[in-house]
Amino acid sequence: MSSSSLFTRPARLAAIAPYLWMGLFFLVPFLFVLKISLSQTAIALPPYTPVFDMGEGWEAIKAALAALSFDNFKLLVSDDLYILSYLRSLMVAAISTAILLVIGYPIAYGMACLPQRWQGVAMMLVIVPFWTSFLIRIYAWINILQHDGLLNQVLLALHLVSAPVVWLSTDSAMYLGIVYSYLPFMILPLYATLAKMDPALLEAAFDLGASPRQAFWRVTFPLSLPGVGAGALLCFIPIVGEFVIPDLLAGSDSLMIGQTLWLEFFTNKDWPVASATAAVLLLLLLAPLLLYDRLQRRQLEQS
Amino acid sequence: MNDDLAKAADEADSRREPQAAASQPLLRIDAVVKKFGNFRAVDALSLDVHAGEFFALLGPSGCGKTTLLRMLAGFEVPDEGRILLNGRDIARVPPHQRPVNMMFQSYALFPHLSVQDNIAFGLKRAGMPPADIDARVAEMVALVKLKGLEKRKPDQLSGGQRQRVALARSLARRPQLLLLDEPLAALDKKLRERTQLELMELQRRLGLTFIIVTHDQEEAMTMAGRIGVMDAGRLEQVATPRELYEAPRSRWIAEFVGDINLFEGTQDTAEISHLTMAPRLAIATRDAGTIYVAEPREKLTKSSVCVAIRPEKVKLSRRAPVSDDTKALNRLEGIVTDVSYLGGMTSYKVKLDGGAVIRSSMANTARLDLDSYSPSQRVVAWFSPEDCLVLEQ
Repeated sequence: MSSSSLFTRPARLAAIAPYLWMGLFFLVPFLFVLKISLSQTAIALPPYTPVFDMGEGWEAIKAALAALSFDNFKLLVSDDLYILSYLRSLMVAAISTAILLVIGYPIAYGMACLPQRWQGVAMMLVIVPFWTSFLIRIYAWINILQHDGLLNQVLLALHLVSAPVVWLSTDSAMYLGIVYSYLPFMILPLYATLAKMDPALLEAAFDLGASPRQAFWRVTFPLSLPGVGAGALLCFIPIVGEFVIPDLLAGSDSLMIGQTLWLEFFTNKDWPVASATAAVLLLLLLAPLLLYDRLQRRQLEQS
Repeated sequence: MNDDLAKAADEADSRREPQAAASQPLLRIDAVVKKFGNFRAVDALSLDVHAGEFFALLGPSGCGKTTLLRMLAGFEVPDEGRILLNGRDIARVPPHQRPVNMMFQSYALFPHLSVQDNIAFGLKRAGMPPADIDARVAEMVALVKLKGLEKRKPDQLSGGQRQRVALARSLARRPQLLLLDEPLAALDKKLRERTQLELMELQRRLGLTFIIVTHDQEEAMTMAGRIGVMDAGRLEQVATPRELYEAPRSRWIAEFVGDINLFEGTQDTAEISHLTMAPRLAIATRDAGTIYVAEPREKLTKSSVCVAIRPEKVKLSRRAPVSDDTKALNRLEGIVTDVSYLGGMTSYKVKLDGGAVIRSSMANTARLDLDSYSPSQRVVAWFSPEDCLVLEQ
């Protein structure tokens, strides 16, 4: 039997569907962004030149192509503002991911240790906050953290502080918001790997003389590394580009790249620089994205 | 490799002697109870196992044999009773502090570690110097014939190879007691039979004490020196394979171990055989007429009994044997209803005139079927009173 007849026509169509999706909704828009990033800003509609116009013939398109330049990318490298934004984004994402891992791992481990019928309940409890709009939950945090908010009232009532503490517009508030929002993305992949681990492996470790602590570090943890990797990347990648949480909860003295991009696009109306920023951000995230893809593929092969 | 084995065997011998000198059993299970809710999985069970024994726990699923094994390994804590290993109560000692190792039914190999590191896992936890660990791992690899596969991960091994890694890993620490939970259940028949023999040889050479849990009676019979048959959390009988088969203590065991014909009846005191000098009991069975049996060692206390005879002890012939030989004292006539040719032997079902069905299996000692019988043929099933068992109901 030849391999082409192994799959029926609908199956073959289904196989190319993801590529079609990627092409239409990622690759084509990205090519637009890339083109804009090579253009110059202008007071026009759209606010950049050159503009490809298919109606004006081959010569015009050639001229437009010749007008493209890497000036915007040079600007990104030469101006501290952008480099610092990128560095801050990567740092915030790295620190947040570390905090998420430290908080998420014990929770996922605890969930996996629960009796079967309670695991579903625990999973619900992790997911339920997501039934409320993300923005509403962030505003709720603003409410809690503000000058006369719930947190300060409690701290004052307990006489832990003598005057209200400034929480809002600090990095602490931002990290709190990020960790709070991304925790399920860390817990769920961790839980998935921990829950499917054969309990006999732990018993074997005990049987061979490992103390509970040794059994955890020699068996459970190494075997949960795919989950750790998946959870970390699932959080790290979107946190690098995070805009809403730092904008609402962090101070305005240093910006994450998402905020810088927003400023360029909406306040400065500099589409080409904003596009260049986005293109570089994608380039930065390509490495972790590919790593995540490899992890997922290996998981699939194993199961 | 043979040198390694010889060395291991020597070491084993030197270790066995002091234990043999003291008559104290290696393992004493003393009135152990394990409850899960209201269910008594192990019910006041006591058992002694001596050093160097190959002991099998046999029983249907759910009889508590695995729970008992897990208590020996330390994964379950008994609710009552003591587990003495060399005189020390280990019932509440956590598993990682016991000089006992277990081979798991699923093998439970660490998927992230190579064969070598799997075997070394227990040695590292014991704080053995690295050079000694390497030597011991090499010895174990040779012992289970895994040379050349040391660097492989478990998922790159066949089922039989994984089984060997699991065995090597559990033996590496030289446990005083090795527990094997259905160790061969995942292997195919041929490989299982070969591995049974290898396990026995290994146990003898190393002079270790093995306790194996199995639901496969053939496996238990082949390998074990003694078998403990469990049912509903209790040990029904502890005996050698031969005793268990030829002298089961109850009807349940007689039916559980191997095939057997059972005829219910009552002791008939009126009729005593006059054909022989040896004492005989006559049992009036419900549907197979009167059967003469050798007098049991223990006097029967109930009149309602059950005559049991193994199929291979029932012979068939076209006509009743001519001799007055006591071997053919029991002669039951009937019609062959089923014939199953099994290669080495042929199994027959005969419907007796009394209504009962008796099974007979006869070895095919010749290539030509001179002795075979066909369905609806009239035959006499005959057997000796010595081969019959009388079991109380």
